[in-house]
Amino acid sequence: MNPIYVARSSEVAARMLGGETMIMSARDSTLFSLNETASAIWQAADGHTPLSEIVARTVCAEYDVETEEALQHAEELVRELASRGILRISDQPFTEQAQ
Amino acid sequence: MSLMQEISSRALTLGVPLSVHLDLTYRCNEHCIHCYLDHEDHGEMNTAEIKDVLDQLAAAGVFFLVFSGGEIFLRTDLFELIEYARSLMFCVKLKTNGSMIGDKEADCLSRLHLSCVQASIYSHRAEVHDEITKLPGSLERSIAGIRRLRDRGVKVIITNVLMQRNLGDYAGVKTLAQQLGAEYTIDPTITPKMSGDRSTMQLGIGSEDLKSVFRNSELVGKVSEFCAPPPAIDQAVLDEIPCSAGHTACYVSPYGDVYPCVQFPLPSGNLRKQKFLEIWRHSTEMNEVRSIRARDLPICSTCLHVGACTRCPGLAYMEGNMRGRSLADCEKSYARTGISADESTHEDFPIAVD
Repeated sequence: MNPIYVARSSEVAARMLGGETMIMSARDSTLFSLNETASAIWQAADGHTPLSEIVARTVCAEYDVETEEALQHAEELVRELASRGILRISDQPFTEQAQ
Repeated sequence: MSLMQEISSRALTLGVPLSVHLDLTYRCNEHCIHCYLDHEDHGEMNTAEIKDVLDQLAAAGVFFLVFSGGEIFLRTDLFELIEYARSLMFCVKLKTNGSMIGDKEADCLSRLHLSCVQASIYSHRAEVHDEITKLPGSLERSIAGIRRLRDRGVKVIITNVLMQRNLGDYAGVKTLAQQLGAEYTIDPTITPKMSGDRSTMQLGIGSEDLKSVFRNSELVGKVSEFCAPPPAIDQAVLDEIPCSAGHTACYVSPYGDVYPCVQFPLPSGNLRKQKFLEIWRHSTEMNEVRSIRARDLPICSTCLHVGACTRCPGLAYMEGNMRGRSLADCEKSYARTGISADESTHEDFPIAVD
């Protein structure tokens, strides 16, 4: 399976608040709140670290969860966030640095 | 509870300043008759100082950032500051009169993914708008600026401050907003000047006109909800905080002065001398504002409007007592519900919406 690379969109505003992340989409002013796990993935989405490595480092190391299951959930999450314009996903590393 | 309410509630619990209004300058190319500012430059923070403030605000957890003035486009470093703020992931809103937004400015703004740009329009008629701004041609230029932003997909909100001079024109401004693809909002609040000069107050609309505005569904939405009688007074109502000023929001002037709110000129510290979090957490003034609950307001706590009043503690402060009444808001409550603040201290509850 091809690796997935994720990068935070430069079109959003975001801030941590009490372990969760508030995100406002500039596209349609929709407000989102990411829980702790999703926030950890968001924070690590630098555009050049594969999602599998992010999950291993941020989710599996912190929670008692199987790698395959965690990766499956993380993929669902990043695809959902990508559909909302919050994250970008690619099968190649992004060339520019995520913010 | 909406997500925004949940976030505000969490910020309140954690003592996080969720929103900051930062005036970049008090200088302005317009000289509006109702403006509360002194337009002289008494030593604005420079680019490096503002960037440092932005770093501190981001570290403090500020999410919603308003850049306002004065006219912000008079700052030659405006785009550098917006870009820097966006690099820190703030949700940035700009307040401007729009008159200095040419194609180049609009192109830049469209790339910065702002939350929105809020522009003041007083009338759809140049003779009325320009008389208020005291700048001939200002309506034409503001509309051109707004149109450039809308052409590039930037969200624009037109704010229509209502005064006696332009009260008859709100329908025209609303239609203009629709034609431009902008949102429209009214603001019937005229405030005293920050110096304490109250001469601007006489420009505002009176009770009868406020009543008509508040019963106009095109302006306020569902009138029965907007003008609903206030809830019964119970412990929860008396435990309410008056507003977000000093709790989850504050104001920073172009000179680095920190106040609880742009409408609450209580000097609480200065960012040229102290760190933001030191002021936010430890200033005597902020903590005094923060300590006040509805039950601590000697007059308002006995008023039947207390559970629904939009009382502004800043306006009350400017009237002489931050725990006192804000007469402008008493008038608004009266205009909404049809019951005067004086009557409302009676034990009966004879509220009847007209």
